[in-house]
Amino acid sequence: MANSILSRAFVLLLASVMLVMTGCASNPRNPDDPLEGYNRAMFKFNEGVDKAVLKPVAKAYEKVVPQMVRTGIGNVFSNLGDIWVGLNNLLQGKIGEGMSDLMRFAVNSTFGILGIFDVASEMGLEKHDEDFGQTLAVWGVKEGPYFVVPFLGPRTVRDAAVLPVDFYGSGLAQIDHVPTRNTVLAVRAIHTRSELLGTDRALEGQLDKYAFVRDAYLQNRRYKVHDGNPPVEYEDFDRKESRPRNLPNYETYADAMALAAIGRMEFVGADGRTLNQ
Amino acid sequence: MNRGVNAMKNLLAALCLSAASALAWALPTDKPDALVKALTEEVLQVLRTDEKLRAGDASRAIESIEKIVLPHFDLRRMTMLAVGRDWRDATEAQRDRLVKGFYDMLVRTYSNALTEYRNQTVDFRPLRMSPEDRSVRVQTEIRQPGGQPVPVDYMMEKNGSEWKVFDVVVAGVSLVTNYRGTFAQEIRNGGIDGLIRALESRDKSLVPASTPGKS
Repeated sequence: MANSILSRAFVLLLASVMLVMTGCASNPRNPDDPLEGYNRAMFKFNEGVDKAVLKPVAKAYEKVVPQMVRTGIGNVFSNLGDIWVGLNNLLQGKIGEGMSDLMRFAVNSTFGILGIFDVASEMGLEKHDEDFGQTLAVWGVKEGPYFVVPFLGPRTVRDAAVLPVDFYGSGLAQIDHVPTRNTVLAVRAIHTRSELLGTDRALEGQLDKYAFVRDAYLQNRRYKVHDGNPPVEYEDFDRKESRPRNLPNYETYADAMALAAIGRMEFVGADGRTLNQ
Repeated sequence: MNRGVNAMKNLLAALCLSAASALAWALPTDKPDALVKALTEEVLQVLRTDEKLRAGDASRAIESIEKIVLPHFDLRRMTMLAVGRDWRDATEAQRDRLVKGFYDMLVRTYSNALTEYRNQTVDFRPLRMSPEDRSVRVQTEIRQPGGQPVPVDYMMEKNGSEWKVFDVVVAGVSLVTNYRGTFAQEIRNGGIDGLIRALESRDKSLVPASTPGKS
Protein backbone atom coordinates (compact mmCIF):
# COMPACT_ATOMS: atom_id res chain seq x y z
CA MET A 1 0.00 0.00 0.00
CA ALA A 2 2.84 2.32 0.88
CA ASN A 3 4.06 1.91 -2.65
CA SER A 4 0.88 2.87 -4.46
CA ILE A 5 1.67 6.56 -4.66
CA LEU A 6 5.21 5.74 -5.70
CA SER A 7 4.13 3.43 -8.46
CA ARG A 8 1.57 5.93 -9.66
CA ALA A 9 4.24 8.60 -9.80
CA PHE A 10 6.47 6.19 -11.63
CA VAL A 11 3.85 5.41 -14.27
CA LEU A 12 3.44 9.12 -14.81
CA LEU A 13 7.18 9.50 -15.13
CA LEU A 14 7.35 6.62 -17.59
CA ALA A 15 4.56 8.15 -19.64
CA SER A 16 6.53 11.39 -19.76
CA VAL A 17 9.71 9.60 -20.77
CA MET A 18 7.86 7.92 -23.61
CA LEU A 19 6.56 11.27 -24.72
CA VAL A 20 10.06 12.60 -24.53
CA MET A 21 11.22 9.91 -26.89
CA THR A 22 8.84 11.21 -29.53
CA GLY A 23 10.15 14.70 -28.97
CA CYS A 24 13.79 13.66 -29.01
CA ALA A 25 14.40 14.45 -32.63
CA SER A 26 14.06 18.20 -32.08
CA ASN A 27 17.16 20.16 -33.00
CA PRO A 28 19.41 20.98 -30.06
CA ARG A 29 18.89 24.71 -29.77
CA ASN A 30 20.08 24.80 -26.21
CA PRO A 31 22.62 22.10 -25.36
CA ASP A 32 21.15 21.81 -21.86
CA ASP A 33 17.62 21.41 -23.14
CA PRO A 34 17.28 18.96 -26.03
CA LEU A 35 13.78 18.07 -24.78
CA GLU A 36 12.55 21.65 -25.03
CA GLY A 37 9.39 20.76 -26.96
CA TYR A 38 8.13 18.41 -24.28
CA ASN A 39 9.49 20.54 -21.45
CA ARG A 40 7.67 23.67 -22.56
CA ALA A 41 4.41 21.77 -22.78
CA MET A 42 4.85 20.21 -19.33
CA PHE A 43 5.92 23.57 -17.88
CA LYS A 44 2.70 25.05 -19.18
CA PHE A 45 0.70 22.21 -17.70
CA ASN A 46 2.41 22.59 -14.31
CA GLU A 47 1.77 26.31 -14.39
CA GLY A 48 -1.90 25.59 -15.00
CA VAL A 49 -2.05 23.28 -11.98
CA ASP A 50 -0.18 25.84 -9.90
CA LYS A 51 -2.46 28.66 -10.89
CA ALA A 52 -5.63 26.63 -10.35
CA VAL A 53 -4.74 24.81 -7.14
CA LEU A 54 -1.39 25.19 -5.47
CA LYS A 55 -0.84 28.94 -5.58
CA PRO A 56 -4.27 29.96 -4.24
CA VAL A 57 -4.01 27.39 -1.45
CA ALA A 58 -0.49 28.53 -0.58
CA LYS A 59 -1.67 32.15 -0.50
CA ALA A 60 -4.53 31.26 1.83
CA TYR A 61 -2.12 29.28 4.02
CA GLU A 62 0.19 32.27 4.24
CA LYS A 63 -2.71 34.54 5.13
CA VAL A 64 -4.42 32.33 7.68
CA VAL A 65 -1.51 30.62 9.44
CA PRO A 66 0.62 33.00 11.56
CA GLN A 67 4.29 33.40 10.69
CA MET A 68 5.43 31.69 13.90
CA VAL A 69 3.39 28.58 13.21
CA ARG A 70 4.57 28.48 9.58
CA THR A 71 8.17 28.70 10.77
CA GLY A 72 7.49 25.78 13.09
CA ILE A 73 5.95 23.71 10.28
CA GLY A 74 8.91 24.47 8.03
CA ASN A 75 11.30 23.50 10.82
CA VAL A 76 9.59 20.13 11.38
CA PHE A 77 9.96 19.20 7.68
CA SER A 78 13.49 20.56 7.60
CA ASN A 79 14.35 18.48 10.67
CA LEU A 80 12.96 15.26 9.17
CA GLY A 81 14.96 16.02 6.05
CA ASP A 82 18.22 16.38 7.97
CA ILE A 83 18.63 12.59 8.31
CA TRP A 84 18.61 12.21 4.54
CA VAL A 85 20.83 15.26 4.12
CA GLY A 86 23.29 13.74 6.60
CA LEU A 87 23.27 10.30 4.94
CA ASN A 88 23.96 11.90 1.57
CA ASN A 89 26.81 13.94 3.00
CA LEU A 90 28.27 10.70 4.39
CA LEU A 91 27.80 9.00 1.00
CA GLN A 92 29.67 11.90 -0.59
CA GLY A 93 32.55 11.36 1.84
CA LYS A 94 31.87 14.56 3.80
CA ILE A 95 32.02 12.92 7.19
CA GLY A 96 32.14 16.11 9.26
CA GLU A 97 29.13 17.64 7.53
CA GLY A 98 27.22 14.36 7.67
CA MET A 99 27.79 13.94 11.41
CA SER A 100 26.80 17.57 11.94
CA ASP A 101 23.50 16.96 10.08
CA LEU A 102 22.71 13.89 12.18
CA MET A 103 23.61 15.89 15.27
CA ARG A 104 21.20 18.61 14.10
CA PHE A 105 18.46 16.00 13.89
CA ALA A 106 19.23 14.71 17.39
CA VAL A 107 19.37 18.20 18.90
CA ASN A 108 16.29 19.57 17.17
CA SER A 109 14.19 16.45 17.79
CA THR A 110 14.84 16.69 21.53
CA PHE A 111 15.67 20.23 22.63
CA GLY A 112 13.82 21.62 19.64
CA ILE A 113 10.65 19.70 20.63
CA LEU A 114 10.17 17.33 17.67
CA GLY A 115 11.91 19.77 15.38
CA ILE A 116 9.51 22.68 15.87
CA PHE A 117 12.40 24.93 16.91
CA ASP A 118 15.68 25.00 15.05
CA VAL A 119 17.95 25.27 18.08
CA ALA A 120 20.77 23.50 16.24
CA SER A 121 21.23 26.52 13.95
CA GLU A 122 21.41 28.76 17.02
CA MET A 123 24.13 26.45 18.31
CA GLY A 124 26.10 26.97 15.13
CA LEU A 125 25.26 23.66 13.43
CA GLU A 126 24.72 24.88 9.90
CA LYS A 127 21.83 23.57 7.79
CA HIS A 128 22.98 21.85 4.59
CA ASP A 129 21.24 21.09 1.33
CA GLU A 130 21.90 17.61 -0.04
CA ASP A 131 19.92 14.93 -1.85
CA PHE A 132 20.63 11.75 -3.76
CA GLY A 133 20.91 13.54 -7.10
CA GLN A 134 23.79 15.58 -5.68
CA THR A 135 25.39 12.42 -4.31
CA LEU A 136 25.23 10.85 -7.78
CA ALA A 137 26.80 14.02 -9.18
CA VAL A 138 29.68 13.69 -6.73
CA TRP A 139 30.05 10.06 -7.80
CA GLY A 140 30.45 11.26 -11.38
CA VAL A 141 26.97 10.77 -12.85
CA LYS A 142 26.27 13.51 -15.42
CA GLU A 143 23.13 15.60 -14.94
CA GLY A 144 21.63 14.78 -18.32
CA PRO A 145 19.13 16.99 -20.12
CA TYR A 146 16.82 19.41 -18.35
CA PHE A 147 13.54 17.69 -17.61
CA VAL A 148 10.26 19.12 -16.34
CA VAL A 149 8.51 16.51 -14.16
CA PRO A 150 4.71 16.52 -14.04
CA PHE A 151 3.51 18.43 -10.94
CA LEU A 152 6.99 18.63 -9.41
CA GLY A 153 8.57 20.94 -11.96
CA PRO A 154 12.19 21.47 -13.03
CA ARG A 155 14.71 18.66 -12.65
CA THR A 156 17.52 17.17 -14.65
CA VAL A 157 17.09 13.61 -15.92
CA ARG A 158 19.54 12.41 -13.28
CA ASP A 159 17.62 14.04 -10.45
CA ALA A 160 14.24 13.00 -11.83
CA ALA A 161 15.37 9.38 -12.02
CA VAL A 162 16.18 9.26 -8.30
CA LEU A 163 13.00 11.02 -7.15
CA PRO A 164 11.65 7.74 -5.69
CA VAL A 165 14.91 7.31 -3.75
CA ASP A 166 14.71 10.83 -2.38
CA PHE A 167 11.07 10.29 -1.48
CA TYR A 168 12.04 7.15 0.39
CA GLY A 169 14.76 9.04 2.21
CA SER A 170 12.46 11.92 3.13
CA GLY A 171 11.11 9.91 6.04
CA LEU A 172 7.54 10.48 4.87
CA ALA A 173 7.32 7.35 2.72
CA GLN A 174 7.46 5.27 5.89
CA ILE A 175 4.16 6.62 7.22
CA ASP A 176 1.91 3.59 6.74
CA HIS A 177 -1.42 5.29 7.31
CA VAL A 178 -2.10 6.56 3.82
CA PRO A 179 -4.50 9.43 4.58
CA THR A 180 -2.02 10.75 7.16
CA ARG A 181 0.84 10.48 4.71
CA ASN A 182 -1.09 12.22 1.96
CA THR A 183 -2.06 15.01 4.33
CA VAL A 184 1.55 15.45 5.42
CA LEU A 185 2.71 15.50 1.79
CA ALA A 186 0.05 18.06 0.90
CA VAL A 187 1.03 20.31 3.81
CA ARG A 188 4.66 20.05 2.77
CA ALA A 189 3.82 20.99 -0.82
CA ILE A 190 1.70 23.95 0.32
CA HIS A 191 4.37 25.13 2.74
CA THR A 192 7.12 24.89 0.12
CA ARG A 193 4.98 26.77 -2.37
CA SER A 194 4.19 29.51 0.15
CA GLU A 195 7.91 30.14 0.60
CA LEU A 196 8.20 30.78 -3.15
CA LEU A 197 5.32 33.27 -3.36
CA GLY A 198 7.77 36.16 -3.11
CA THR A 199 9.62 35.10 -6.24
CA ASP A 200 6.50 35.00 -8.42
CA ARG A 201 6.61 38.71 -8.97
CA ALA A 202 10.12 38.70 -10.37
CA LEU A 203 9.05 36.02 -12.86
CA GLU A 204 6.03 37.85 -14.17
CA GLY A 205 7.76 40.32 -16.46
CA GLN A 206 10.34 38.00 -18.00
CA LEU A 207 10.68 37.84 -21.77
CA ASP A 208 10.50 34.06 -21.64
CA LYS A 209 9.49 32.71 -18.27
CA TYR A 210 10.18 29.11 -19.26
CA ALA A 211 13.78 29.81 -20.27
CA PHE A 212 14.37 31.99 -17.21
CA VAL A 213 13.15 29.29 -14.82
CA ARG A 214 15.13 26.61 -16.66
CA ASP A 215 18.39 28.52 -16.60
CA ALA A 216 17.95 29.60 -12.99
CA TYR A 217 17.18 26.02 -11.94
CA LEU A 218 20.25 24.63 -13.71
CA GLN A 219 22.54 27.31 -12.27
CA ASN A 220 21.20 26.78 -8.76
CA ARG A 221 21.50 23.01 -9.13
CA ARG A 222 25.15 23.18 -10.17
CA TYR A 223 25.78 25.57 -7.31
CA LYS A 224 24.35 23.04 -4.85
CA VAL A 225 26.30 20.15 -6.35
CA HIS A 226 29.49 22.16 -5.83
CA ASP A 227 28.40 23.13 -2.30
CA GLY A 228 28.27 26.80 -3.14
CA ASN A 229 31.50 27.01 -5.13
CA PRO A 230 30.65 26.23 -8.74
CA PRO A 231 33.33 26.99 -11.31
CA VAL A 232 32.36 30.33 -12.85
CA GLU A 233 33.99 32.06 -15.75
CA TYR A 234 33.22 35.56 -16.93
CA GLU A 235 34.23 35.90 -20.54
CA ASP A 236 35.14 39.07 -22.36
CA PHE A 237 33.12 39.38 -25.54
CA ASP A 238 34.64 42.69 -26.50
CA ARG A 239 37.58 40.88 -28.05
CA LYS A 240 37.07 39.98 -31.70
CA GLU A 241 36.92 36.34 -32.61
CA SER A 242 35.71 34.63 -35.73
CA ARG A 243 33.07 31.96 -35.40
CA PRO A 244 30.53 30.20 -37.55
CA ARG A 245 27.12 31.81 -37.95
CA ASN A 246 24.17 30.30 -36.16
CA LEU A 247 22.08 27.76 -37.96
CA PRO A 248 18.48 28.66 -38.72
CA ASN A 249 15.82 27.75 -36.20
CA TYR A 250 13.81 24.69 -37.20
CA GLU A 251 10.45 23.85 -35.78
CA THR A 252 10.25 20.11 -35.98
CA TYR A 253 7.33 17.82 -36.60
CA ALA A 254 8.33 15.79 -33.53
CA ASP A 255 7.97 18.85 -31.30
CA ALA A 256 4.48 19.46 -32.59
CA MET A 257 3.60 15.80 -32.03
CA ALA A 258 4.87 15.90 -28.43
CA LEU A 259 2.87 19.04 -27.74
CA ALA A 260 -0.28 17.56 -29.21
CA ALA A 261 0.18 14.37 -27.19
CA ILE A 262 0.51 16.32 -23.93
CA GLY A 263 -2.59 18.25 -24.80
CA ARG A 264 -4.50 14.96 -24.98
CA MET A 265 -3.02 13.52 -21.79
CA GLU A 266 -5.26 13.22 -18.79
CA PHE A 267 -3.98 13.21 -15.28
CA VAL A 268 -6.24 11.24 -13.00
CA GLY A 269 -6.11 11.94 -9.29
CA ALA A 270 -6.31 9.29 -6.57
CA ASP A 271 -10.06 9.72 -6.31
CA GLY A 272 -10.54 9.20 -10.04
CA ARG A 273 -11.15 12.84 -10.92
CA THR A 274 -9.36 14.33 -13.88
CA LEU A 275 -6.88 16.97 -12.76
CA ASN A 276 -6.29 18.84 -15.98
CA GLN A 277 -9.01 20.04 -18.28
CA MET B 1 14.75 92.02 -5.19
CA ASN B 2 13.74 89.45 -7.79
CA ARG B 3 17.33 89.02 -8.80
CA GLY B 4 18.26 88.47 -5.19
CA VAL B 5 15.74 85.64 -4.90
CA ASN B 6 17.05 84.06 -8.08
CA ALA B 7 20.60 84.28 -6.83
CA MET B 8 19.52 82.64 -3.60
CA LYS B 9 17.78 79.86 -5.56
CA ASN B 10 20.89 79.26 -7.62
CA LEU B 11 23.05 79.21 -4.55
CA LEU B 12 20.72 76.73 -2.87
CA ALA B 13 20.66 74.54 -5.95
CA ALA B 14 24.45 74.61 -6.12
CA LEU B 15 24.67 73.74 -2.45
CA CYS B 16 22.27 70.83 -2.86
CA LEU B 17 24.18 69.54 -5.85
CA SER B 18 27.52 69.71 -4.13
CA ALA B 19 26.02 68.07 -1.05
CA ALA B 20 24.72 65.27 -3.27
CA SER B 21 28.06 64.81 -4.98
CA ALA B 22 29.82 64.97 -1.63
CA LEU B 23 27.56 62.13 -0.53
CA ALA B 24 28.50 60.17 -3.62
CA TRP B 25 32.17 60.80 -2.96
CA ALA B 26 31.76 59.67 0.61
CA LEU B 27 31.12 56.12 -0.62
CA PRO B 28 34.31 54.10 -0.34
CA THR B 29 34.65 53.19 -4.02
CA ASP B 30 38.24 52.03 -3.52
CA LYS B 31 37.24 49.17 -1.17
CA PRO B 32 34.81 46.69 -2.73
CA ASP B 33 33.41 45.22 0.49
CA ALA B 34 32.96 48.59 2.14
CA LEU B 35 31.24 49.86 -1.01
CA VAL B 36 28.75 46.98 -1.08
CA LYS B 37 28.04 47.48 2.60
CA ALA B 38 27.43 51.21 2.17
CA LEU B 39 25.19 50.63 -0.86
CA THR B 40 23.22 47.89 0.89
CA GLU B 41 22.65 50.03 3.94
CA GLU B 42 21.44 52.98 1.87
CA VAL B 43 19.07 50.76 -0.12
CA LEU B 44 17.71 49.14 3.06
CA GLN B 45 17.21 52.63 4.46
CA VAL B 46 15.09 53.54 1.44
CA LEU B 47 13.08 50.33 1.72
CA ARG B 48 12.44 50.88 5.42
CA THR B 49 11.38 54.47 5.18
CA ASP B 50 9.48 54.74 1.90
CA GLU B 51 5.80 54.88 2.79
CA LYS B 52 4.56 54.64 -0.78
CA LEU B 53 6.38 51.34 -1.10
CA ARG B 54 4.47 49.98 1.88
CA ALA B 55 1.29 50.83 0.01
CA GLY B 56 2.49 48.85 -3.01
CA ASP B 57 3.85 51.70 -5.13
CA ALA B 58 7.53 51.12 -5.82
CA SER B 59 8.11 54.02 -8.22
CA ARG B 60 9.65 56.45 -5.74
CA ALA B 61 11.76 53.79 -4.06
CA ILE B 62 13.12 52.74 -7.45
CA GLU B 63 14.04 56.31 -8.25
CA SER B 64 16.03 56.67 -5.04
CA ILE B 65 17.66 53.27 -5.42
CA GLU B 66 18.65 54.02 -9.02
CA LYS B 67 20.41 57.15 -7.83
CA ILE B 68 22.29 55.31 -5.11
CA VAL B 69 23.19 52.14 -6.93
CA LEU B 70 23.51 52.90 -10.63
CA PRO B 71 26.86 54.74 -10.61
CA HIS B 72 28.45 51.66 -9.07
CA PHE B 73 27.25 49.12 -11.61
CA ASP B 74 29.08 48.40 -14.87
CA LEU B 75 25.99 48.14 -17.07
CA ARG B 76 27.88 47.65 -20.31
CA ARG B 77 29.79 44.67 -18.92
CA MET B 78 26.57 43.23 -17.50
CA THR B 79 24.80 43.47 -20.84
CA MET B 80 27.77 41.96 -22.66
CA LEU B 81 27.74 38.97 -20.32
CA ALA B 82 23.98 38.54 -20.71
CA VAL B 83 24.11 38.69 -24.50
CA GLY B 84 27.08 36.35 -24.75
CA ARG B 85 28.92 35.56 -27.97
CA ASP B 86 26.53 37.49 -30.18
CA TRP B 87 27.81 40.69 -28.56
CA ARG B 88 30.76 40.47 -30.92
CA ASP B 89 28.47 40.83 -33.94
CA ALA B 90 26.60 43.85 -32.59
CA THR B 91 27.44 47.35 -33.80
CA GLU B 92 28.23 50.08 -31.27
CA ALA B 93 24.78 51.60 -31.83
CA GLN B 94 23.11 48.23 -31.25
CA ARG B 95 25.21 47.71 -28.13
CA ASP B 96 24.07 51.03 -26.68
CA ARG B 97 20.45 50.09 -27.25
CA LEU B 98 21.02 46.64 -25.75
CA VAL B 99 22.53 48.19 -22.62
CA LYS B 100 19.59 50.58 -22.25
CA GLY B 101 17.00 47.91 -23.02
CA PHE B 102 18.53 45.37 -20.65
CA TYR B 103 18.69 47.89 -17.86
CA ASP B 104 15.07 48.97 -18.34
CA MET B 105 13.97 45.35 -18.35
CA LEU B 106 15.84 44.61 -15.13
CA VAL B 107 14.19 47.57 -13.44
CA ARG B 108 10.79 46.56 -14.78
CA THR B 109 11.02 42.96 -13.59
CA TYR B 110 12.64 43.48 -10.23
CA SER B 111 10.78 46.61 -9.16
CA ASN B 112 7.69 44.48 -8.55
CA ALA B 113 9.71 42.33 -6.21
CA LEU B 114 10.65 45.35 -4.08
CA THR B 115 7.18 45.50 -2.62
CA GLU B 116 7.85 42.02 -1.20
CA TYR B 117 10.38 43.54 1.17
CA ARG B 118 9.67 42.31 4.72
CA ASN B 119 12.27 43.38 7.24
CA GLN B 120 15.13 41.32 5.89
CA THR B 121 18.59 41.97 7.28
CA VAL B 122 21.90 41.56 5.51
CA ASP B 123 25.04 39.91 6.88
CA PHE B 124 28.45 40.57 5.36
CA ARG B 125 31.05 37.86 5.10
CA PRO B 126 34.71 38.82 5.53
CA LEU B 127 36.35 39.52 2.17
CA ARG B 128 39.35 37.51 1.09
CA MET B 129 41.43 39.50 -1.37
CA SER B 130 45.00 40.54 -1.96
CA PRO B 131 45.92 44.14 -2.86
CA GLU B 132 46.73 43.27 -6.48
CA ASP B 133 43.35 41.59 -7.19
CA ARG B 134 41.42 43.24 -10.01
CA SER B 135 38.20 41.32 -9.45
CA VAL B 136 36.58 40.04 -6.27
CA ARG B 137 33.45 38.33 -5.00
CA VAL B 138 31.84 40.15 -2.09
CA GLN B 139 29.67 37.69 -0.19
CA THR B 140 26.57 38.65 1.75
CA GLU B 141 23.61 36.81 3.19
CA ILE B 142 20.04 38.01 3.33
CA ARG B 143 18.31 36.80 6.47
CA GLN B 144 14.58 36.76 6.83
CA PRO B 145 12.36 35.75 9.71
CA GLY B 146 11.49 32.08 9.49
CA GLY B 147 13.44 31.30 6.35
CA GLN B 148 16.82 29.95 5.38
CA PRO B 149 19.38 32.70 4.70
CA VAL B 150 19.84 33.47 1.00
CA PRO B 151 23.43 34.00 -0.14
CA VAL B 152 23.87 37.04 -2.39
CA ASP B 153 27.28 37.60 -3.96
CA TYR B 154 28.44 40.72 -5.76
CA MET B 155 31.02 40.21 -8.50
CA MET B 156 33.15 43.31 -8.72
CA GLU B 157 35.91 44.57 -10.94
CA LYS B 158 38.37 47.41 -10.59
CA ASN B 159 38.25 50.14 -13.24
CA GLY B 160 41.11 52.50 -12.50
CA SER B 161 40.79 53.02 -8.77
CA GLU B 162 37.05 52.46 -8.66
CA TRP B 163 35.30 49.17 -7.97
CA LYS B 164 32.15 48.39 -9.90
CA VAL B 165 29.61 45.57 -9.67
CA PHE B 166 29.18 43.55 -12.87
CA ASP B 167 27.07 40.67 -11.58
CA VAL B 168 24.81 39.78 -8.68
CA VAL B 169 24.61 36.07 -7.86
CA VAL B 170 21.64 34.92 -5.77
CA ALA B 171 21.92 31.34 -4.43
CA GLY B 172 24.24 30.49 -7.27
CA VAL B 173 22.02 32.07 -9.92
CA SER B 174 23.74 34.85 -11.81
CA LEU B 175 21.20 37.54 -12.59
CA VAL B 176 23.26 38.43 -15.65
CA THR B 177 24.21 35.16 -17.30
CA ASN B 178 20.80 33.73 -16.50
CA TYR B 179 19.46 35.76 -19.43
CA ARG B 180 21.78 34.10 -21.94
CA GLY B 181 19.37 31.33 -22.86
CA THR B 182 16.49 33.74 -23.36
CA PHE B 183 18.58 36.25 -25.29
CA ALA B 184 20.18 33.62 -27.51
CA GLN B 185 16.71 32.42 -28.44
CA GLU B 186 15.54 35.95 -29.29
CA ILE B 187 18.64 36.49 -31.40
CA ARG B 188 18.11 33.21 -33.25
CA ASN B 189 14.52 34.23 -33.94
CA GLY B 190 15.03 37.84 -34.97
CA GLY B 191 18.70 38.74 -34.86
CA ILE B 192 20.18 41.35 -32.55
CA ASP B 193 17.49 43.82 -33.59
CA GLY B 194 14.91 41.23 -32.61
CA LEU B 195 16.39 41.10 -29.12
CA ILE B 196 16.46 44.90 -28.93
CA ARG B 197 12.79 45.01 -29.95
CA ALA B 198 11.90 42.39 -27.33
CA LEU B 199 13.73 44.33 -24.63
CA GLU B 200 12.21 47.63 -25.60
CA SER B 201 8.63 46.47 -25.91
CA ARG B 202 6.97 47.18 -22.61
CA ASP B 203 4.10 44.95 -23.59
CA LYS B 204 4.99 41.30 -23.11
CA SER B 205 2.50 40.19 -25.76
CA LEU B 206 4.54 41.94 -28.45
CA VAL B 207 7.36 39.50 -27.85
CA PRO B 208 7.13 36.65 -30.36
CA ALA B 209 6.16 33.51 -28.52
CA SER B 210 8.84 30.89 -28.90
CA THR B 211 6.65 27.93 -28.07
CA PRO B 212 7.49 25.20 -30.55
CA GLY B 213 4.67 23.76 -32.58
CA LYS B 214 2.29 26.55 -31.71
CA SER B 215 2.08 27.94 -35.22
